Amino acid sequence: MEQKELIPHLFRTEFRKITAVLCKAFGIEHIETAEDIASETFLSALETWTYKGIPENPVAWLYSVAKNKAKNHIRRHQVFTGKIAPQIRHAEPGIQEIEIDLSDKNIMDSQLQMLFAVCHPSISTEVQISLSLRILCGFGIDEIATALLTSKETINKRLFRAKEKLRLEKVKIEPIATGFASEAEINKRLDTVLTTLYLLFNEGYYSESDNAVLREDLCLEAMRLTYLLIENEQTNQPAVNALLSLMCFHASRFNARKTEKGEIILYHDQDETLWNHELISKGAYFLHQASHGNKISKYHAEAGIAYWHTIKADTPEKWAAILQFFDQLLQIEYSPIAALNRTYALSKVKGKTTAIAEAEKLNLTDNHFYFVLLGELYTDIDNRKAKQNFQKAFLLAKTQTDKLTIQKKIENL
Amino acid sequence: MDEFILIFRHEDGSKLASPEQMQIWMKQTMDWMGGIAAQNKLVGGTGLPFENARVVRHNNVVTNGPFGEIKETIGGYIIVKADSIDEAVEFAKGSPVLQGDGNTVEVRKIAKGDGVH
Repeated sequence: MEQKELIPHLFRTEFRKITAVLCKAFGIEHIETAEDIASETFLSALETWTYKGIPENPVAWLYSVAKNKAKNHIRRHQVFTGKIAPQIRHAEPGIQEIEIDLSDKNIMDSQLQMLFAVCHPSISTEVQISLSLRILCGFGIDEIATALLTSKETINKRLFRAKEKLRLEKVKIEPIATGFASEAEINKRLDTVLTTLYLLFNEGYYSESDNAVLREDLCLEAMRLTYLLIENEQTNQPAVNALLSLMCFHASRFNARKTEKGEIILYHDQDETLWNHELISKGAYFLHQASHGNKISKYHAEAGIAYWHTIKADTPEKWAAILQFFDQLLQIEYSPIAALNRTYALSKVKGKTTAIAEAEKLNLTDNHFYFVLLGELYTDIDNRKAKQNFQKAFLLAKTQTDKLTIQKKIENL
Repeated sequence: MDEFILIFRHEDGSKLASPEQMQIWMKQTMDWMGGIAAQNKLVGGTGLPFENARVVRHNNVVTNGPFGEIKETIGGYIIVKADSIDEAVEFAKGSPVLQGDGNTVEVRKIAKGDGVH
């Protein structure tokens, strides 16, 4: 790899590791120091490698430079706390001999513990996602802004607020096994972690951003972080496996669900030879791993639905199973989109007339998908009503992609 | 909007039907509850297994039961949100329990604890 590509590549893979390890060593209140040292390390690489060439082992080079910078920082800090601070206030012992451990094991532990710290309940989910992207995924501010369709300013504000909050709440980066009072406490935090990872994945999967690489990266990062939980004994739980399974099934359709121009290709029109079968079998593996214990999470239900969608053929068995999973999902957690999708599955199992009666009870009249569903159900039953519903949907649709899809449905009537 | 409890009374299905038939009832029940949940009107509910049931009576006399004394025993309940008792009754009419002759669904409003009810 040329240096021009190597440094950005290493930045993506190593920045987050160095930051996580340093952050754990210094404490989360020094999160900015950790980020600064990691950034300076890459700046040194850029300067040095340009003149002296790429070292034999670039990653080891980065780690040793990061270690030295960290030690220098601590020394300076100690000079300050030792010589200057006592004159201001009583000296605290401060950071003394900290060993910066950049072994694989400690990198993994640090990232996992950071994930738990970042997903602290005092921080809003939206902010957790931005902070995770920055600290745990090594995304640049520009990239986060592009991926989340917002401005750099907003992201900077979010990150600033998040770091303030972590300091104020004195959030600790602690080993999962000993840092929490009980297993119940771990599970409570794990719930928040899973929600954040689920949304992080969805941000990528449903993003309107036209940067396809970035969209996919977001999803892959969410999967990587979820896998981190699976590799750790205390957090390798059925719901975590179900979530990863769900992600694998969805991700298997990456190449089939959008045109080169970024237009959505609906499930029925997808070229299934473009589905990634390796990811489908991974999804099946994690779904199997998820089938222990007796608690069914919403991720189980969603993974079940996603599993049946990896089988393209329309069979009565398929739709009956999907309907059952939607029934389950809605009982665990109501959402309008699940209610609409369930009614679609119902039409496949019990016919359009039954489904229309149930659909009209949903009364989600501010949701354009509601009218898309009614339009679909009335198609071939009463095309005049189908058209009326599609037209209502068209007026309510917010994005150009959605309007285009609806327009096509009207034309096809 | 008020909350109503729908109480199912029926015989022990596992004594009447094959596991396959039980499976079908389970599915129908799931679909019925799913339809209520899709309207965001399902609050909760559970089945009550017939085995290992006891009745504690006056003077702490404990008996197995309540089977044998009344034909229909409470087999489960769900709680729904509804604008009126009539809407709650409409929900109840869809219950697969009612396929059994003699089975019932009792619909009762839940007290709000607001000092009035």
